[in-house]
Amino acid sequence: MTDRTLTRRLSAGLVPAVPYLWLGVLFLVPFLIVLKISLSDPAVAQPPYKPVFEWSDIAGFFSALDFENFILLTEDDLYFRATISSVRIAAVSTLLLLLVGFPIAYGMARAPERYRALLVAAIILPFWTSFLIRIYAWVAILKPEGLLTQVLVAIGLISEPLDILNTETAVYIGIVYAYLPFMVLPLFATLEKMDDTLLEAALDLGSTPWRSFWTITVPLAMPGIIAGSLLCFIPAVGEFVIPDLLGGSETLMIGRQLWSEFFSNRDWPLASAVAILLLIVLVVPIVIYRDVEARRLEAHR
Amino acid sequence: MTMRRLSVFNVTSLVIGFAFLYLPILLLVIYSFNASRLVTVWGGFSTHWYGALFRNEALMEAAWVTLRVAFLSATLATLLGTLAALALARYGRFPGRTLFTGMVYAPMVMPEVITGLSLLLFFVAVGFDRGFWTITLAHTTLTMCFVTVVVQSRLMTFDRSLEEAAMDLGAPPLRTFFSVTLPLIAPSIVAGFLLAFTLSMDDLVIASFNTGPGATTLPIKIYSAVRLGLSPEVNAASAILIGIVTVGVISATLLSKRSVLRSRRNSH
Repeated sequence: MTDRTLTRRLSAGLVPAVPYLWLGVLFLVPFLIVLKISLSDPAVAQPPYKPVFEWSDIAGFFSALDFENFILLTEDDLYFRATISSVRIAAVSTLLLLLVGFPIAYGMARAPERYRALLVAAIILPFWTSFLIRIYAWVAILKPEGLLTQVLVAIGLISEPLDILNTETAVYIGIVYAYLPFMVLPLFATLEKMDDTLLEAALDLGSTPWRSFWTITVPLAMPGIIAGSLLCFIPAVGEFVIPDLLGGSETLMIGRQLWSEFFSNRDWPLASAVAILLLIVLVVPIVIYRDVEARRLEAHR
Repeated sequence: MTMRRLSVFNVTSLVIGFAFLYLPILLLVIYSFNASRLVTVWGGFSTHWYGALFRNEALMEAAWVTLRVAFLSATLATLLGTLAALALARYGRFPGRTLFTGMVYAPMVMPEVITGLSLLLFFVAVGFDRGFWTITLAHTTLTMCFVTVVVQSRLMTFDRSLEEAAMDLGAPPLRTFFSVTLPLIAPSIVAGFLLAFTLSMDDLVIASFNTGPGATTLPIKIYSAVRLGLSPEVNAASAILIGIVTVGVISATLLSKRSVLRSRRNSH
């Protein structure tokens, strides 16, 4: 092998190596550190946990690790309730997102072709504006003296102020609002490719529109339904901003619990243990999502 | 193929859906011109809060930090993400590919609280002082994955015979990349950069974990203001951000449309 091909091969090897190394150091290693600190004890020191890794005392380091934080997680039912309520809120929101997103995606797919690109851009545009600002906008709408109450009183639907802010309902509204593009786009992608003649054939053969919807449209849209649901469910479980700004103190969610262990209680080891708990809850949906995505990209080949 | 027709139901769901998406943003912008200090009571038109905003030095400082972080991290993320996309789309099977794919997809769906916490613990463990650079590195790590996906899907769909033709004619791989591949994927690289830039400007959670003295970003500032109660100044700041993004997205769309038209014309 000549020198030139060797340098060429080495420089070609840099293409995967550089991002690989970056993600290894800044994504994988931090995870191992979370795992390690979840097994440590809190300490009044800098950094606020012990043991701190020392090459001179590796045996002592490993013997000081224990599962105390995880035992604490199982003993205090706060964490159990927060986990259950996170999964429930995320699941209900995903269902609502399907109900709201499907008609929109369906309408977009049936729109004349020249308008479709514009409609897709219009769905994406709000996603480019700040997430925090979009949630903040709802605070002013949902407040008891807020805009929703003003409108409903003005048209005579209600006489008492609506008290939606700081309830779980507000969290559902916030999640559906913020995540809608993630549901609509995958649904639209599958619905757009659907062959209309299938529906016509079903109608010709005497099927009702409702029945052809369930036996033809829904099964064909299934890849979009699965992708959209996972894309909404996974981040919703760990959501922090929405329950914090719209949910009030009663809405328990695990992402919020992690935040307060870290920022309010300064208990880094317990916060790490909560992170591991959240990860255990999400590992199955994340693996399924990765498979779905990888298969979709391979299908392009 | 038969003509698709929009039913009344289709039109209604589109109208309600888009009203739901746009009304809250529109209300926010309208109320930023409210003369009253109360955010929900209309007190007449005024640009008072915009003036107050530009005189608020802490907020301006935060905006400057946010822009610098977003620019630096988006630039790094675009470089790394494009390399990662090339690795995934053009390198076939290389050792550790499964792990690599996992590391690219996981940060996109990973709850931000976990990403933020894990990066902070990493920076503390290696003794890296928290501040501007920790936020920048954290944002680069998150956003490079989005760039990867955007560029990768472009690499997967374009006609590979162009690359093969250049190679057959004796162009070395690097030259093929710069004269054939790069011009073809350039729009997706620009899109990836813009996506990375906005995601970085937008992020509250990861920045909160990794911030340090002197590195308060706009979302951190807005979040603490919102916690204290609604303020018309935040509305004004939001309206400006919304304006910038709207103009940016629309001009990017027009630009890419023009380049598509031009390349179509050239190929005929």
